[in-house]
Amino acid sequence: MAEVNKVVITGLGAVSPIGIGKEKFWELLIQGKSGIGKITYFDTTEYPTKIAAEVKNFDYDDYLTTKEANRMNKSTKYSIVATRLALEDAKLDVSKEDNPYAVGVILGLGVGGLETIEEQHKILLEKGPRRVSPFFVPMMISNIAAGEIAIKIGAKGPNEIITTACASSTHAIGTAFKLLQQGDAQIIISGGTEAAITPMSLAGFCSMKALSTQNDQPEKASKPFDKKRDGFVLGEGAGILILETLSHAKERKAHIYAEILGFGMTSDAYHITAPAPDGEGASRAMEVALEDAQLEPAQVDYINAHGTSTPLNDKLETLSIKQTFGRHAYNLKVSSNKSMLGHLLGASGGIEAIATALTIKEDLIPPTINYHDPDPDCDLDYVPNKAESKLVRYALSNSFGFGGHNGVLVLGKYNEKGR
Amino acid sequence: MEVIDRVKKIIVDQLGVEASKVSEDSSFVDDLGADSLDIVELIMAFEEEFDVEIPDEDAEKIKTVGDAIRYLNK
Repeated sequence: MAEVNKVVITGLGAVSPIGIGKEKFWELLIQGKSGIGKITYFDTTEYPTKIAAEVKNFDYDDYLTTKEANRMNKSTKYSIVATRLALEDAKLDVSKEDNPYAVGVILGLGVGGLETIEEQHKILLEKGPRRVSPFFVPMMISNIAAGEIAIKIGAKGPNEIITTACASSTHAIGTAFKLLQQGDAQIIISGGTEAAITPMSLAGFCSMKALSTQNDQPEKASKPFDKKRDGFVLGEGAGILILETLSHAKERKAHIYAEILGFGMTSDAYHITAPAPDGEGASRAMEVALEDAQLEPAQVDYINAHGTSTPLNDKLETLSIKQTFGRHAYNLKVSSNKSMLGHLLGASGGIEAIATALTIKEDLIPPTINYHDPDPDCDLDYVPNKAESKLVRYALSNSFGFGGHNGVLVLGKYNEKGR
Repeated sequence: MEVIDRVKKIIVDQLGVEASKVSEDSSFVDDLGADSLDIVELIMAFEEEFDVEIPDEDAEKIKTVGDAIRYLNK
């Protein structure tokens, strides 16, 4: 294989249901704090599910003018703030880069501007077509966040949004990783964003019976791998990472959190929403990612699981981990950030890649909270309820999306002397 | 509220500009930073506020704050 660039993570920006900014996010993730509560955005009387993980105290005044904010969907606002936080964290000013064409933006977004569609559709029905906003289309289209970020910071390189439902951000980071490896850019702003806690979205996911209805104790509703799990909890936010070629990061003496070593993606080719019952697609995606990273399964210390808290996902993800790792599945640690964050849908891979990078940096594994009743189908070490200190050299981050999309990233400790 | 104040309020809200910067001579594009989509949105807001229909051929001639006030005063 031809020599490729090494790719490292040099900046992290989190807008999450447990906090905004890398420090707050990580502190509460390690404490095992839930970001789930009663939905405040609209009246949920008629809905079987009344809980979600909303982003609290979101303030964009430092980053956007009123006019800019008025013409942006919430998911775009989240992505702009998370990008600014990530660039500040990476001490990177894109306007000072010699070559703006070497700076890209590749994000994941699963649902898109649903809130805008709902608002404007109401106007269409009540006031007619002449009152639909001229900003409706640019606010609603799923790709606009990547465009808006490029406009704000002057990034003229590769620019796209990838939409593979709940695997979107993982696919975005994987694609960015490949482009950096082959030298199509030197810096890529990657990760993802989502803001889909809306009446239509909640109604649709409720009709699918995909969501938890444990409304009485919202902070305990998301219980991945626990026997009493009954569905996922909608979340929202953005997780943005600054990815750089190692040579570019070294040249500007950037702080390096972790190295991206591999990426694998497959399709279940089975069903629109249900995971394949043999776990083969997910298992194969992990194997492809490990081959890409030139690692043996036994070298992996930790898996940041997709871990949605749905009965099927957690059972089949466990099965697929056992298929890929054999006996080593019982030695490695597995945990689900969704126990605290809910499911950020298209942004989940971004926020979870941030958590995985920090896990590797700190040798500290965030817990799976609300884990109390073991399920015989889920018999791995899920780091129950309390964070654990452990040397983490290599870690996977799994994401699986409706449509049967499987995406897996391999991250590792950056070592100056090589592996 | 006078027509002038209602027009100014819409402009301040939608374009996010300081009220002190909005005078009758101000051009939406050159002075207040509006783009083509902003203009469409402004015209819509005027139609809504004053309960009138502004045909496209009239809308094209509204280029300054004063143009809007004069049109809506008719």
